[in-house]
Amino acid sequence: MASIELRNVRKAFGAVEVIKGVDLEVRKGEFMVFVGPSGCGKSTLLRLISGLEDITSGEMLFDGKVVNSLAPSKRGIAMVFQSYALYPHMSVYDNMAFGLTLEKGQSKDEIRRRVEKAADMLQIRQYLDRLPKQLSGGQRQRVAIGRAITRDPKVFLFDEPLSNLDAALRVATRIEIAKLHEEMNNVTMIYVTHDQVEAMTLADRICVLRDGLVEQVGTPMELYEKPNSVFVAGFIGSPKMNFIGGERAEAFNAEILGIRGEHITIVPENGVWSGTVIHTENLGADSYVYLEMGTEEPVVVRLDGSNTYRSGDVVQISPMNDKIHRFNAAGKPIA
Amino acid sequence: MTTEALKMPAVAQRQGRSELMQQRVRAARWFLLPMMIALAVVAGWPLARSIYFSFTDVKLNNLYGAEWVGFANYLQIRTLESGRTIYRGVLADPDWWNAVWNTVRFAFWSVLWETILGMIVALVLNAEFRGRGIVRAAILIPWAIPTIVSARMWSWMLNDQFGILNDLGMRLGLLAAPVAWTASPDTAMTAVLVVDIWKTTPFMALLILAGLQMIPKDIYEAANIDGVHPIKQFFRITLPLVRPALMVAIIFRVLDALRIFDLIYVLTPNSAATKTMSVLAQENLFQFDNFAEGSTQSTLLFLLIALFTIIYIWLGKVNFDGGAR
Repeated sequence: MASIELRNVRKAFGAVEVIKGVDLEVRKGEFMVFVGPSGCGKSTLLRLISGLEDITSGEMLFDGKVVNSLAPSKRGIAMVFQSYALYPHMSVYDNMAFGLTLEKGQSKDEIRRRVEKAADMLQIRQYLDRLPKQLSGGQRQRVAIGRAITRDPKVFLFDEPLSNLDAALRVATRIEIAKLHEEMNNVTMIYVTHDQVEAMTLADRICVLRDGLVEQVGTPMELYEKPNSVFVAGFIGSPKMNFIGGERAEAFNAEILGIRGEHITIVPENGVWSGTVIHTENLGADSYVYLEMGTEEPVVVRLDGSNTYRSGDVVQISPMNDKIHRFNAAGKPIA
Repeated sequence: MTTEALKMPAVAQRQGRSELMQQRVRAARWFLLPMMIALAVVAGWPLARSIYFSFTDVKLNNLYGAEWVGFANYLQIRTLESGRTIYRGVLADPDWWNAVWNTVRFAFWSVLWETILGMIVALVLNAEFRGRGIVRAAILIPWAIPTIVSARMWSWMLNDQFGILNDLGMRLGLLAAPVAWTASPDTAMTAVLVVDIWKTTPFMALLILAGLQMIPKDIYEAANIDGVHPIKQFFRITLPLVRPALMVAIIFRVLDALRIFDLIYVLTPNSAATKTMSVLAQENLFQFDNFAEGSTQSTLLFLLIALFTIIYIWLGKVNFDGGAR
């Protein structure tokens, strides 16, 4: 358990500045997710916290102590890599035990106990004698997580751990990571992903990054309900928030209107706007209707259950007034 | 790659070949054919001729009038009337066993040092630094120079009267008197070894470097987080993972070293301290008019190399497909 504080942290590779002054506090025992589009610096930020990269300027504190130049192994962290980074020539057991065998004062029995405990948590005990190449992708990822657990870290770092798994396995592993966070009570976890669904489902708090700067930090619902920029509004939530400009926005005293698909209703008459159906998607539990109404991208309306609209139908729609987000020309919300 | 192609027919036969598979097997045979013909002409035929000659009393000026003599060139045991037993043939020739010993000694020390130095060079070249591309190219220069040229160059540098090494040694007070490095029996082998190691370390380094680059970088990051000391990282991670490439590199070099000829021929001609099997065979074949004996020595050299290779591949479980993962 540790709290982590970043004070005006910057990182440059040669002339390219990737992290441009980040102030952030990760609380003890918190599950913090870094999310953002590719190239926003989220993985770099994680590597700075791990100590695998040096910070160019600023301060990094673990529990109030500056750790700028502390070696990764002395920070009390464990890291799970996107590519698993297992030692290919070692058995699963050795992969998990390797770090421990190098620590002084660890008896063999104690190491075995810790490895087996972690293996039981992840249900990989039957694979302990196998080599990584004899395992499937999902099993390898469990081994990588198991290796991290045996280190008994204060801080858990995940670098896009699910992006190499198929969709079904991704959901299952996501739930396991969430369970893991509950079981290992009070271990601080930092998780990097570009998938906002992972961020929303796992995080206590989400940190949205953009171009090496923190765009917004908050709980998933704070980001969903009160995004403090068009960028965050568009990034969080699925389907993506609809943005409507021009005269329609001016009628609401804004440059840009943001309204989520689930906050638009199709009405029989006297709708605020009207549009032509160009495409529908039926997912069973809910369905999406895509409307052409002169906006940059088609407007998505999310309906419960299935629907019977056809392309070419003209429909009237109304936004829920209390769910409309109004933004100014700079993309900031109008209070 | 070739082993894959060769394995395929066996698998296909077991399961009943599909038309596509038959087609692929046929194509594979056609692709292999030119190589098999070339090998048969440039390697198979000369080898068969050499082996045949080793069982005859052939002379260089009468290659087609040879008569079969069986194993006489290898070993001939005759008991005289006086009861004394006389051993004749290559296997009873002390010069031959001197050459065998020289060759083995040369191969062992040169490959050992080339492996150690090549590994160090490869590790340095695998690190990222400014100008790495130029250094990588530059390090290949000794390997690119023809052996005859570099051997002549070194023989001048090692010359007892005009050589720069003696001059340097004298000026720095390391030598009391000039040393005839290549001519003196005490130093001749060392001189040959130094030149060979200088010349071939880049080749070794390059092969090992290729193996090192197969190792994913993220493993080292995981090791850093595990707190594995760099020296332990080398012995517990790098070495096991580069081993397949290293084993192939070593066998290439040992085969090369066992048939060393040009360097010794130029650097230390006629020195019993460095004469190897190849040099001895060449002398007998073309200089001393002992074509049959030379053929016998060539055949023995071939058998020795073949035997070594088989044992090495068997014991070392060398995988020529390469790849650590």
